[in-house]
Amino acid sequence: MKTQNSKVWQWFEERLRISEIVRFLSHKTVPRHRYTAWYYFGGVVLFLFGVQVFTGILLLMYYTPTPEAAYESVRFLVGEVPFGWLIRNTHSWAANLFVLACFCHMFSAYFMRAYRKPREITWLTGFLLLGLALGFGFSGYLLPWNELAFFATRVGTSIVSTVPLLGGYIGETLKGGEMVTGLTLSRFFGIHVALLPLIAVLVLLLHLALIQRQGMSEPISQQHHSSQEEAIPFFPHFFLREAMVWLGIMAVLLALSILSPWELGTKADPFASAPAGIKPEWYFTYMSQALKYLPGRILLWEGETVGIVGFMLGGLYLLLVPLLDRGAARGKPNPIFTIIGVCIILFMVVMIILAYTVG
Amino acid sequence: MERRLSRRMFSNLLVGGGLLIWLGTILQAIFRYVIPPASGQVGSLSVLAAKTTELPPNSGKIVRYGSSPAIIVRPPGGEVRAFLAICTHLACTVQYRDDLAHIWCACHNGHFDLFGRNVSGPPPRPLEELQVVTRGNEFFISKRA
Repeated sequence: MKTQNSKVWQWFEERLRISEIVRFLSHKTVPRHRYTAWYYFGGVVLFLFGVQVFTGILLLMYYTPTPEAAYESVRFLVGEVPFGWLIRNTHSWAANLFVLACFCHMFSAYFMRAYRKPREITWLTGFLLLGLALGFGFSGYLLPWNELAFFATRVGTSIVSTVPLLGGYIGETLKGGEMVTGLTLSRFFGIHVALLPLIAVLVLLLHLALIQRQGMSEPISQQHHSSQEEAIPFFPHFFLREAMVWLGIMAVLLALSILSPWELGTKADPFASAPAGIKPEWYFTYMSQALKYLPGRILLWEGETVGIVGFMLGGLYLLLVPLLDRGAARGKPNPIFTIIGVCIILFMVVMIILAYTVG
Repeated sequence: MERRLSRRMFSNLLVGGGLLIWLGTILQAIFRYVIPPASGQVGSLSVLAAKTTELPPNSGKIVRYGSSPAIIVRPPGGEVRAFLAICTHLACTVQYRDDLAHIWCACHNGHFDLFGRNVSGPPPRPLEELQVVTRGNEFFISKRA
C-alpha cells in the first residue's frame, strides 16, 4: 500500500512538483497576537464566496430570466423542487453573511492599518472586492422579480442616475432604458451570473496572490510583541482552526435557512403603485435612510445629489486611505484615522437601525 | 545610430498606434452596444386612461403611458388631471390617497398636491403633468405640447 502511495505521489511529483507547494505551506505562518482572531474573516469571505458560487450554479438549473417567468420559476423552485427552498434560502442568507463578512474584514484591516506600505495594492483589491460584493447583492436582488425587489431596484438605479456627470448614462445602461423592464432583468442576470463572477475571481486571485507574496500584515502596536517563533504555522494549525470556523458558519447558515426562510412576496407589476415599506437590502439601507432625511434642495443642489456626492467622497476616502495615512507606514498611526473609521461604522449602524425601527 | 532608432520608433508608433485604433474601434462598438437605443416613444402618444365611470370624484388610477406609469386623478370637486406617476425623488410609482385627497409616494413619504407640486417630503420637483382630453365618456392623456 505504501509502495503504491509513493508511486502515485511520484507520478504527480514528476509532473506537478507538489513538494514545492508542501514546502511553501509548511513555511507559511500567521502572526500570533491579541488581534489574530480578525484574520479568520478573510477565510470566511472566501468560504461564503464558494457557497454562493455552488448554490448559484444549482439555482441556475431552474431559474428563467424573463419578467413573465422569473417569479414563477423561483416559486416552482421553492415549492416543487426537492430541497429547492433550502438552496434558495442558503443562497440568500449566504449573500447577506458574505457582505457582512466583507465589511468585517475590511474594517478589521482598516483599524489594524493593514493598508500601509507595502500593502496598498492588497487594500485596493480588497476594496474592489467589497464593491463587487455589493454589486452581486444589488443585481441578485431583482432576479426573483417580486414587488419589493422591483421598486428597490427602481430606487437603486435612480440613485445611480443621480451621480453627477456620468450617472444618467450609467443608470440607463444598467436598466437597458429609462425604466426598469425585462431588459433590466436580462442585464442584471448577465451581470450577476457572468460579468461579476469573472471579475471577482480575477480580483480575488490577485488579492490572495498579494497576501502570499507579502505575508500577513501585523498591527503596528503588536509588531514588537509577536515573533516568528510564536507565529502559528498556516498548515495544518491555522488551516484547521479556519476549517472549524467554516463549519460554525455553515451551521449558522443552515439554521438561518431552515428557521427563517426568505420570503418571495408578490410578483412585480411595473404599472402598480409602490407599496409602503420599500427597503433595499440592509447593506444599502444606510444610504437610502440618509437620503430620506435630506431636504429636497440644499443650497443650489438637489438633496439626493448632495447625499450621493457625500457617499462617493466617503468611498473615495476609504479607497485612498493608504495614501492619506502616511504616518502608519512609518510606524506612527494617527488616531484621527481611527476616529474617522469609528464615525463611519457608527453612521452605518445608526442608519440601519433607524431604517428597521422608524422606517 | 540615430537613423536606426527613429526607424524603430516609427515601427513602434505604427504598431502601437494601429493597436490603439483597433482597441478604440472595438471598445467604441461595445460601448455603443450596451447603451440602449431610444425607446421610440413618440411625443404625441395619446392613451385612453379611464372611462368616466371608472374615475369617481376623490379617486385616482395608475395607467400605462408608453413604457412609463401615469396617474390620472379626479379631485373631490375639481377637474381631472394626469401626471407621469414617477416620483421626482427616486422614481417610485406614486399613488392617489383619498384620505388626504392628494398624491403620495410610499417609498420615502413624498407628497404632491393635485397640481402635481411637491409639497412635503424629499421630492425636489413637481410631477410632470400630462394633458387630459375628454371625448364622450372617456379620458385620454398625452404629453403637453
